[in-house]
Amino acid sequence: MYNYWLAVFLMMAGFYVVIAQGNLVKKIIGLGMFQTSVFILYISMGKVEGGSAPIVTEGVEAYSNPVPHVLMLTAIVVGVATTAVGLSLVVRINEAYGSVEEDDIQELDNELDTIQESGL
Amino acid sequence: MVVALVAIRKNDLFAVVMLFGIYSFLTAVLFMDLDAVDVAFTEAAVGAGISTVLMLSTLRLTKRYEAARRRNPILPLLVVGITGAALIYGLMDAPQFGDPMAPVHQHMAPRFIQDSPTEVGVPNMVTSVLASYRGYDTLGETTVIFTAGLAVLLLLGIREGQNTRPGRLAIGDTLVLRVVVKVLIAFIMLYALYVQFHGDYGAGGGFQAGVIFATAFVIYDLVFGEADVRRVMPPHWLGRLAAAGIFLYAGTGVVSMFLGAPFLDYNALAHDPVHGQHLGILLIELGVGTTVFAVILTIFYAFSGMRRPHQVS
Repeated sequence: MYNYWLAVFLMMAGFYVVIAQGNLVKKIIGLGMFQTSVFILYISMGKVEGGSAPIVTEGVEAYSNPVPHVLMLTAIVVGVATTAVGLSLVVRINEAYGSVEEDDIQELDNELDTIQESGL
Repeated sequence: MVVALVAIRKNDLFAVVMLFGIYSFLTAVLFMDLDAVDVAFTEAAVGAGISTVLMLSTLRLTKRYEAARRRNPILPLLVVGITGAALIYGLMDAPQFGDPMAPVHQHMAPRFIQDSPTEVGVPNMVTSVLASYRGYDTLGETTVIFTAGLAVLLLLGIREGQNTRPGRLAIGDTLVLRVVVKVLIAFIMLYALYVQFHGDYGAGGGFQAGVIFATAFVIYDLVFGEADVRRVMPPHWLGRLAAAGIFLYAGTGVVSMFLGAPFLDYNALAHDPVHGQHLGILLIELGVGTTVFAVILTIFYAFSGMRRPHQVS
């Protein structure tokens, strides 16, 4: 059962970073951890006791399940592509606000709102 | 796990990114241990390689240090604790680790393991499931990667960068590094091609090969500067390459339709179904590799072309 606990632990660590930390780059790293925990969950489910890697070899009887491997392989590459989209959003936010801290961005937004309201 | 915990605590984001790279690498080792050689391969190339480079480029454009924490961590900890406890409670009934009788091994997997060597004729089952049985899915995923590349282009665009004069080195005059990298790049590219075309027999395939091939260009960029690498691979070609990869993939499907078989059924591509499968897998893996390479390099160009905020002014 320890494989599930590891996955749950890492997932919660990533989740904590996403909700508790204010820095946007760190949030993306948290999402990455969350994602990796899902990979670990899938891959550990695919493991068969005494099995070997799913490449046909002579003299091997049991193979681990190839289906989770396929799913996670593509997920990793898609993951890096979406991470890149997230990071480029961070870069744009930094250009617009001059900060990647959530609190600073919130303050700037509030100031902007009050200015607009007083203008009306 | 320990690495992950330290990564959360650190304020120096540079250290966090480095630790995240180490964490990815350890994950890859874990996958290797769990028989998932293809996945370990991908994780090592992508997680420990490309994402670290991208995160460092982001740090260059933003700030290295995180602001001091002003929040109360109790509420998030509570939420995380409750969610974690619920998940563990839910997993109490899950099958034991490594149990061959677990439901996940009962439905599709035995058929793939038993029939794919004769039906598809490719020893690596991961490749045959990826490219043949689940070909639609992989086409969708390649399109997602393409779309993500487009999104980065729309958000950042490829700008000229700081170092546009050819022949000017990016990191100063470091002779040893230059010589070593020059030799290394050839081998990296050769290895990428091997991974691309040998993916049917051993670990590897289009996804990994595309990433490794892009890595060669990234290293070239880091050492010799943007201008040099952009003369070798101009940015406007990358978009065409990415589209060409998808076109090759989907085109293979359309050709099989014209030959009277369903979309992406490679049996029709040659007289012998097994030969057809071989040809089909080779073509679509090439498509995947091209798209992944072009998108990863596009993303890298987009990040490396950005100037630091204070240089824009």
